[in-house]
Parts: sequence; structure tokens; C-alpha cells
Amino acid sequence: MQKPDFVLDPPLVAGNKTLLDVTDDVCAPLEGRPTVLWWTAFIAALSLLALGVAAVSYQLAMGIGTWGLNKSVGWAFDITNFVFWIGIGHAGTLISAILFLFRQKWRTAVNRSAEAMTIFAVMCAGLFPVIHMGRPWLFFWMVPYPNTRGPLWINFSSALTWDFFAISTYFLISLTFWYVGLLPDLATIRDRHRFGWRRQLMGFFCLGWNGSYRTWHRYELVYLLLAGLATPLVVSVHSIVSTDFATAVLPGWHTTIFPPYFVAGAIFSGMAMVLTLMLIARKVMHLEDYITVRHVDAMAKLVLTTSCMVGLAYTIEFFTAFRSADFYEVRAFVNRLVGPLGWGFGIMVLCNVLLPQLFWFRRVRVNLVLVWILSLFVNVGMWFERFIIIVTSLERDFLPSSWANYAPTTIEIATLLGSFGLFFTCFLLFCRFLPTIAIAEIKGVLAIGRPHGGTAA
Amino acid sequence: MTGVIVVSFAREEDIVTATREARKRGLHIVDVYTPYAVHGLDEAMGLGPSRLSWACFFFGLLGVTLAFVFQFWTTAVDWPLNVGGKPWNSLPAFVPVAFELMVLLGGLGLVFTFFLRCKLFPGKQPVDEFEGVTSNSFVLVVQNTDADTALSAFQDCNAVYVEKRNEQGAA
Repeated sequence: MQKPDFVLDPPLVAGNKTLLDVTDDVCAPLEGRPTVLWWTAFIAALSLLALGVAAVSYQLAMGIGTWGLNKSVGWAFDITNFVFWIGIGHAGTLISAILFLFRQKWRTAVNRSAEAMTIFAVMCAGLFPVIHMGRPWLFFWMVPYPNTRGPLWINFSSALTWDFFAISTYFLISLTFWYVGLLPDLATIRDRHRFGWRRQLMGFFCLGWNGSYRTWHRYELVYLLLAGLATPLVVSVHSIVSTDFATAVLPGWHTTIFPPYFVAGAIFSGMAMVLTLMLIARKVMHLEDYITVRHVDAMAKLVLTTSCMVGLAYTIEFFTAFRSADFYEVRAFVNRLVGPLGWGFGIMVLCNVLLPQLFWFRRVRVNLVLVWILSLFVNVGMWFERFIIIVTSLERDFLPSSWANYAPTTIEIATLLGSFGLFFTCFLLFCRFLPTIAIAEIKGVLAIGRPHGGTAA
Repeated sequence: MTGVIVVSFAREEDIVTATREARKRGLHIVDVYTPYAVHGLDEAMGLGPSRLSWACFFFGLLGVTLAFVFQFWTTAVDWPLNVGGKPWNSLPAFVPVAFELMVLLGGLGLVFTFFLRCKLFPGKQPVDEFEGVTSNSFVLVVQNTDADTALSAFQDCNAVYVEKRNEQGAA
């Protein structure tokens, strides 16, 4: 075969793979026995999940008093974790929907696992407001159904109600998008096995997919339309999350910059989480030819871009506070900088604005160990950002007599660890049972068997 | 149906050329089976644009209408609520929920219409299953009207195998 000429870009998939190679490579980790490493990781994740279940059970039995909340800090760890996890999820939609609309073909290597990450992160996020209710079994009161209390309807003017609708829609649409994307790959796994549970299970869920192009033709349109719907959805979800704060009159929360600032921050933290997971997955599952240095380089550039956006937002927040000449607003930001949680602000600026600047250098972006370490810093920094925004404003509100410092209890920390347990348990199960790379999509960007060599990115 | 001719290919280029050739010679293309969405094949097969976007539009419109009507009815008619002294029918506050329901109904409605249209449902046994089409081969199925025309059409297209079948679907 004529050797393709890669003048502009290296190929998206390394190693001159044939179509069969791709199927074999992606399915190999699913069909072998789980490795010792997988079991170790799975048991660790399951233990964390058990810790979380224990902490939440204790909290449900004893009440919200087991948390460190006080008379003025009514939201703290719990809502921080909620916003953190929702943010993590947003990178999945960015990769699967927004980059799809922008025709960024490199996304095919990471979109499946990033979408799975979205679903698991939204599950973790949804847990926190539910347990914060104190009586989670009455969670269905959020749904406007005809009830015996009037019927008393929910307040549609409340940002918290919008949030309920936004998160539920986001979860359902992300799940649908992911499932539709999985259909052809489930059929691929089905056809690799003549008998056995894989054939039965995958055959059931792939809905009788037979590769007919008449179906493919419609499928392409459905995928495009879902991407078009998911793109404004992801922007709306984090904007609505930010209105939970921005509609309050509290200094430090009551700003119009919150929606774009939160969306940028969400994509920033999510991309970092994608990098954290992908860099491990490609090594453990031997997918180095699919998730190449080029992919990591592109994602690092996205982290850098969003880091700069977040840094700009931090600066503008301070500028607006001082420019407003509002005493309480100025005081809130001075307190954020040098108040009791000033150290947390320091961590947030260091991890989110200063360290990611290293990604300006190509040598950093292609050094995978360094990228992985930096992605961890961003994860930590973005958790602190939400914590600082939420707690510093609540600790010091208008009346000095109601000022109170907040410290998390062990129950709250165990709940946070438990949510990581849930996330990693789900993710590890996903890596075991479903193809982590969209087989049918990656085949569409291979250099083989097509006149232009599949180099256009 | 008298029978079909099943032609298998190993490369994307070949299936597109063969399909284009088959259509040029007036053969009736039953379907093409591919492991991924091959670009340009719809044009080669002569498939028109899908009307599924109308389903998406309809369901989205339904979602946004239902959401606005329901929010207006609950908040301003059935049990008027005074929220911060704002008017009962404060429409801007209803926009976020209306938007979310538009996306939800539009998305789910679209996918269910797609499943219905393509007759995809859980537990369905695959019909017309050809070896390897979900992994590495491309299969073209044309109606067996004139075997000679059909065979000459695929001569230069690197066909892996050509097979005549009496009944469509026997794998």
C-alpha cells in the first residue's frame, strides 16, 4: 500500500493498525482475566466506597448535626463536593459533544471513557444534595407531582429547583448519548463470541445492531443532533449551578461573572480528571497506540486555556469587588485573601493558575509523568476553589456577631472519600466490561484504506 | 425476491467505489453493511437526508411548550406563589426549566424515534448478519436481477468474495 505522507500532523492512531487490530486491541482487556493491578485498584475503591456508605448511614441515623455546619455556615463540604463532581463531569461532554461539533477528530480516542466519567461524576454529585436533605427518602418532593398537600407545587423561581431539573436532564442526556455511542461497539463484542454471557448480554443491549448503512446513516444524524443538544446543555448546567450562589445577596457570591467563570472552571477540572484517568488507563490497558502523546498534548493545551480563563476570572472578581466600592464586597475579598482560609486561597491560585502555566512548554506537555502530576494538582486546586468560594463567604457575612469558623468533621471527610470510592468503583467496572475506546469511531479516523490517509485532524 | 448477490470488501475505498458502480449500472442496492459510518457512502447509495431532525424539533418544541404552560399554570393559576414580591407569571424565571425540558424531551424523543424507525429494540436478534461487518469487512448486498452485470460491476473493486444467495438473510 502507498505510504501516507504525514507532512502536517502525525496520524491519530500509531502503529499502522488494521481494522481487525483495532477490534482486537480494544477488546483484549475485556476478554482476558483481570490483572492483579486491577483487583488491587478495585478493592481499594470498594473499600473507600464502603467507608462512604458507613459515613452516610451514620449521618442518616444521627442527622446533619454530624457535620461541622454551624449557625452561619449552612453549606460547606457537601456542596463543595457537589460542585466539584459536577465540574468533573463537564469535560466528558466537552470532549464528546463540543469537540465533535468542532470536528476535532482526536477526541475519538478519549470520548468513550470521558463520557463514562461524566456519568459516574454526575452520580457522585447528585448524591450530595440528596444526603444534605437530611430526609433523603422525601427526595421525590422535588418533583412537581399532584400531591395531597394542596397540591402545593414546587417553586419554579428558585435556582435550586432549576438545578434539580438541570442535573436530572444532564444525567439522562449524557447516559443516552453514551449508550447510543456504545451500540455499534456492543454489537462488535457480541459478534466476537459465538456463545457465552457476553453474546447474550451484549446481544440484548445492542438492540439487534447489524451494521446496516441505512441505520448508520440515521445514527450519524442522531449523534450530531444529540451533540448539538448536549453542548448548550453543559453550559446551562454549570451556569445554573452557579446561580445557586449568584442569586444570593451574600458578598463574594452575588456576582454576574459566576456562570461563565463556573463553566470554564468545570471544563478545567474535568480535563484534568480526564488526564489523570487516561494516563493511567493507556498504560495499564496497553492503549499507547490509541491515546498518543498528541492526545495528551491537545488536552494539556485545553487545560492551559481554561486555566488562564479561571485565572482571569479570579482577577476580575477582585477588580470588581474593589471597583464596586461596596464595603461588604471589598471586605469579603480581603478576607478571602488574608482571612482564616487564606492558605486555601493560596493553594487554589497555585494549583489552578500558576502551576498549569508550565503547559506553555511543549517539553512539559509531552512529558506524561509531569502532565499526570500537574493534573493531580489541578484536581486539588479546583476542589479548593469551590471550598473557598462557599465557605469564606458564609464564615464572614454582614454581621460580625454571626461570624463563625468552619472545620469539617471526620464524617464529612469520609463521605468525600466515599464519593471517590463510588467514582473509581464504577470506572474500574466500566474498564472491565465495556470498550474504553469507541471502536467504530476510531476506525473512522484510521489512515488505512482511504485516499486521504486519514490525517486531517 | 429472486435472490441477492452478496459482495464483501476489505477496504473503505472499495465499498464506496463498488456501491457507486452498482448504482450507476442500475442495480438495486438492498443495503450496505459496514463496521463504522463510512463517509460518502450515503451519497453513493443515493440515500436522501434523514427526516429525524424533524422528530427532534417536534419533541423539543413539545418540551418547551409543556414546561412553560405547566410552570405558568402552577405558579400563577393553580396556587399563586409570591416569590420576593415578583409577579406571579414571572416568565424569565421559567426559562431555565423550560430549556432543560426542551433538551430532555428533544433528546430522548429523537433517540426513541430513531430506535423505532430502525426497528432496534432490546433483545432483538440481528437480521441479515454478515461475517465480520461489525469488525473489519464491508458488505454490499444487491438484488440479483442480472448476475453478469453485477459481477462485471465489481470486477475492479478488489472484492474479497462474491456470493449468490437465494433467500435474503440466510447468514
